[in-house]
Amino acid sequence: MSKVTELLNRDSSTLIGYFPAGYPTIDESVEACLEMIKGGVEILELGIPYSDPIMDGPVIQKATEVARANGFRLRDSFEVIRRLREQTDVPILVMSYWNPILRVGLREFSEQLKATGANGLITPDLIPDEAKDWIAISDELGLDRIFLIAPSSSDERIKRNAEASRGFVYTVSTMGITGERGQLDALARDTVARLRKVSTTPTAVGVGISTGDQVREVNEYANGAIVGTAFIRAYAEGGLQGLIEKTQELAKGLQLQSD
Amino acid sequence: MSKTRIGDQVGPYFGEYGGRFVPEPLIAALDQLDEVYSEARNDPEFTKELNMLHREYTGRPSVLTEATKFAAAVGDCRVFLKREDLNHTGSHKINNVMGQALLTKRMGKKRIIAETGAGQHGVASATAAAYFGLECVVYMGEVDTERQALNVARMRLLGAEVVAVRTGTRTLKDAINEAMRDWVANVDTTHYLLGTVAGPHPFPTMVRDFHSIIGKESKQQMLEATGKLPDAVIACVGGGSNAIGIFHEFLDDDVKLIGYEAAGDGIDTPMHSATISKGTPGVLHGARSYMLQDEDGQTSDSHSISAGLDYPGVGPEHSWLKDLGRAEYRGITDKQAMDAMALLSKTEGIIPAIETAHALAGIEQLAKEMPGANILVNLSGRGDKDMETAARYFDLTGVNRIVGDE
Repeated sequence: MSKVTELLNRDSSTLIGYFPAGYPTIDESVEACLEMIKGGVEILELGIPYSDPIMDGPVIQKATEVARANGFRLRDSFEVIRRLREQTDVPILVMSYWNPILRVGLREFSEQLKATGANGLITPDLIPDEAKDWIAISDELGLDRIFLIAPSSSDERIKRNAEASRGFVYTVSTMGITGERGQLDALARDTVARLRKVSTTPTAVGVGISTGDQVREVNEYANGAIVGTAFIRAYAEGGLQGLIEKTQELAKGLQLQSD
Repeated sequence: MSKTRIGDQVGPYFGEYGGRFVPEPLIAALDQLDEVYSEARNDPEFTKELNMLHREYTGRPSVLTEATKFAAAVGDCRVFLKREDLNHTGSHKINNVMGQALLTKRMGKKRIIAETGAGQHGVASATAAAYFGLECVVYMGEVDTERQALNVARMRLLGAEVVAVRTGTRTLKDAINEAMRDWVANVDTTHYLLGTVAGPHPFPTMVRDFHSIIGKESKQQMLEATGKLPDAVIACVGGGSNAIGIFHEFLDDDVKLIGYEAAGDGIDTPMHSATISKGTPGVLHGARSYMLQDEDGQTSDSHSISAGLDYPGVGPEHSWLKDLGRAEYRGITDKQAMDAMALLSKTEGIIPAIETAHALAGIEQLAKEMPGANILVNLSGRGDKDMETAARYFDLTGVNRIVGDE
């Protein structure tokens, strides 16, 4: 079974943290990811900076622009994974828009993921309907593949996307792009409830989660909470120390709630 | 046994191109659009209403003008202009916009969003929104809001909100990204009125269908004017909507089809938008097609003096037609296009859009290759919006002479 599935199926809360490879530089992104892991992130979502990130809000857009302006190249993603893998066993899922992967070549890219010790891929703009080749290669190499479900997805699509996923299925909490939200939609809870009726695939909820309380709330009904923008904002505004503090705050949401 | 007609092809795939490479939150809206459009295209009431709008609002059919003096100036050929510039709002864009606005009503949505490069699609969308009483937001790259300031004013006068997009290259590509982000967040109430034959299914098929009236009318008009089909049908290609619109009716005829892309400073320089001529297949804005990208799959910057052609992607059907060898795609530089713009203005009294001038610029060479040919050109838009660019390019500011007081 996928290590990610095992982690998420435990009887405890999980924090999944997103950070872009190469932001602001390769060395600093490795350092930042390691601090996030030290502070309680149990699954790392490593973003690949891309020129046209249509699912991402301004904070992530800006960060990935900085990474690219600082000379980030696609091959550097593998360097980041390799260096992280030397120091941590935490599962690493790469988050990438589809075109960079196609450009490198799906097989080549997948084999590099495997070789460097990444666990799989989160594909925001690839739906299972278009993913025949990726499904075949990830099965062959034992890589996780995370598809999305959204509040707008039909029950039929929720089932289909969950069954097509390996590791977990990503529940988009709200209708919108990445970024902090003051209040999480009831939509996320409803979407997960609909998922539970049709599939046993575990799910983590992402988009809009930025506080420890929200991490706790999401973990009440989902298997994990995914945080991205809040980490990047903390890092952009407070450097490594800011990131460490934000991680601590978010990790508080993992502790059992005492009534 | 009858051969498969190229013109019968519909999405999601055109050969290996097309598809739906978008985030899951948008799939429900694409499914709904696909369903509503499929119903509408088979509904005589829908066709009747759209035809009525074309006749009484858009001003269709657009006329065919033979450009004898322009033809004489460029070589041994006859040139026929399909006058989409005479449509209401000044370009072909209104054909698609009225169709999609009717679909927006059918879906019960009250808000449309649109991207625009040159502003032609934005103006057409703002116009339809005013006519149908819809809220309208137009995303436009900041660079384009400056070079097409007149169209910004038109859209605002029509009641639309114009949003200048400051991300990325600040042109059409980034305007589409921003429109997609808006759509993800507001998909329940909003229709994304995409203005070209790119994007995820069903847009490439639907937008083509709405523009195919250009080819249908002009085929008839050519038969009336010359008694036969044209030898070549040509159009400029950015995203490719006006080109597909005029090509589609001729796909299964013995007629040469040529799309002219913006070669900017030159097709062998990095400063161009010649997506099909110089690009490679990839996924951009929801579909697989030719695109300009670097070796990491990052979208490359495009360049053209024409905001409407300044786009590193192209509709998937064009990519398919290129691979099939059914259509040919050539590059035209900024300079060639501007020269053709001036020539048509001076010889025929018709000021074309700079986009359109790219097609006109190809005629000289084509006449050498096909002496005596009848060439049908999609005169896709008028050049009023380009006066600032033209004034700067040709140094037309100020007047020739002043009379009156000292």
